[in-house]
Parts: sequence; C-alpha cells; structure tokens
Amino acid sequence: MLSIITEKTKKVLISSKFRNLIFILFIIFLSVGLFEALILSPQDYLQSDSVRIMYVHVPSAWISLGIFSMIAFLSLGVIIFKNKNFVLISKSLAPSGFIFNLIALVTGSIWGKPTWGTWWAWDPRITSMLVLFLFYFLYLLSWKLFEKNKAVKISSYISIIGVINVPIIKYSVDWWATLHQPSSINVLSESTIHSSMLIPLFLMTAAFALFSVLIFLMKYNVELIKVKNKGLNRI
Amino acid sequence: MNLDLFIMNGNGLYVWSAFAFTLFNFLILYKVTSKQLIKEKAKFAKKYESLNSDQVILAHKQSTNRTFVRTVAHKI
Repeated sequence: MLSIITEKTKKVLISSKFRNLIFILFIIFLSVGLFEALILSPQDYLQSDSVRIMYVHVPSAWISLGIFSMIAFLSLGVIIFKNKNFVLISKSLAPSGFIFNLIALVTGSIWGKPTWGTWWAWDPRITSMLVLFLFYFLYLLSWKLFEKNKAVKISSYISIIGVINVPIIKYSVDWWATLHQPSSINVLSESTIHSSMLIPLFLMTAAFALFSVLIFLMKYNVELIKVKNKGLNRI
Repeated sequence: MNLDLFIMNGNGLYVWSAFAFTLFNFLILYKVTSKQLIKEKAKFAKKYESLNSDQVILAHKQSTNRTFVRTVAHKI
C-alpha cells in the first residue's frame, strides 16, 4: 500500500508541468504579496515602517520550522520503515529550510536594530533559532561527510534530536522573559493583528511556501536522477 | 517619483535590505538548484545514449526512467 502511494506521489513530484504550475503561482503570490507588504499595508503606530520586515521575517521563520518538523517526521519513517523515498524527500527539503532559517535570522537581526537598538541579543527566541540553524547545518553536512548508508542514519538522528528544539522556539516567548513579543497569531484564539496586516502576511507566507515547494521539487528531481544514473550503470 | 516609498520614515535602509536579502537568497537557491538539475539531466541523457537496445528495453520498464527520458529527449 505504502509503495503504491509513494509511486503515485513520485509521478506527481517528477512532473515538469506541476513544477511549472508551482512556479507561476509563486510569481503571482510574490508580486501581489510584495505590493501589499511594501505599499498598501499600513505602518505600525510604534514601529513605523520597520514593521514591514515582518512580511519576510515571520513567513521565513514559520516555513523553516515547518520544514524541519517534516524532515524529523520523515526521518522517523526512514528509521522505522526503511523507506528510501522518505530519505529522498527529507534530503530534498533541507536546502530550502536552511535558507529560510538563514533569512529569518538575518532579517530578524535587521529588524532588531530599529526596534530594539541592537543587531543581536542572546534572547531565548533568537538563540533557539540559531540552534535550529546549526541543526540544519549539521544535517546537510552529514550528507557531505559520510557515505550514503551512514549519512541516512546520522542525518535522521540529527533531525530527530533537533526537532526537540521546535517547541522550545515556539514557546520561548511564553516561558522566558524575552525581547520578542508573545504570539500575535494563534490557531485557537482570535488574531491580535489587523486584517490590513494579516492579508499581506498570509500572501507572503503562501508565496514563500510555494517557493519552498518549487525548490523541493527541483531538488527531488536532482536526487532521483542521481539514483537513476547509478541504476543505469548496473543494467 | 514618491521618495517616501524609499525613505519609509527613516527605516527604508532596514526594510529594503531585508527584502533584498530575502529575494537575493531566493535567486541564488533557485539558480544553484536549477544548475544541479541541468547537470544531472545531462549525465542521464549521456548514459542513456550509451545503452544498447537490450539495455534500453530494460531501463524503459521503469516509469521514472520513461519520464526522465521524455524530459531529456532533445539531448538524446
């Protein structure tokens, strides 16, 4: 059953039509999102125009956390079911997650200067995001340093250990005194952000999510062709 | 031209550099991944070309191979 699902999924993942569709959607969402974020959305009464950095910082942080959680979940699947497709999927997700984590850290630092008066602070949220960045780095490094079978095991364990950091990042603003404000968007309660800021935030999140899907699809194709190239050698 | 859009009450440098950094990273990641994909597709096309007719029949039994052959057909 699992193999049937993975075969069908594989067909969609390697389809260039699907990739082109994602690319077009990404361009549309990014264009509308940028227009909303930079021109239409209002300034904040306290932070003035620097609040616009939120439209790149927050989606990047969300997506990097989401991708790492997915990698850890798939890695658990790799260890339990020994599914090779899970290995390819998690390996293909990592580069975009790493870049989104980097963007979240750098744009957060840029936002910190006009808001807090400093580029960097060893605040629990920032520090835990830096720890996530190190886990991403170690995950990618393990694929470079070790031969395939060893890399599968080591990278899986790195992501499973690293995922412990995800709830720490999420709740760091509630557990400790931090420069970051508490969450403004909650699934279970009403958002404290006005719709004029919420709409561009969601548009930019959709654009960033589409970009991560696009990179994932391209990277998945790269990894799958590598496997197929080895297979052709054995025929 | 509206200069307020660039100055943003003195925050323009921060806002524009954050957006520029993000888009620059997007471009680099897209370019690097795209280059890797082109390289691997070229390798695949070269290897497929070197197969004899029996090996081609064997390779063609896999649907993934058939899909990739379609995408690199112009190179074979």
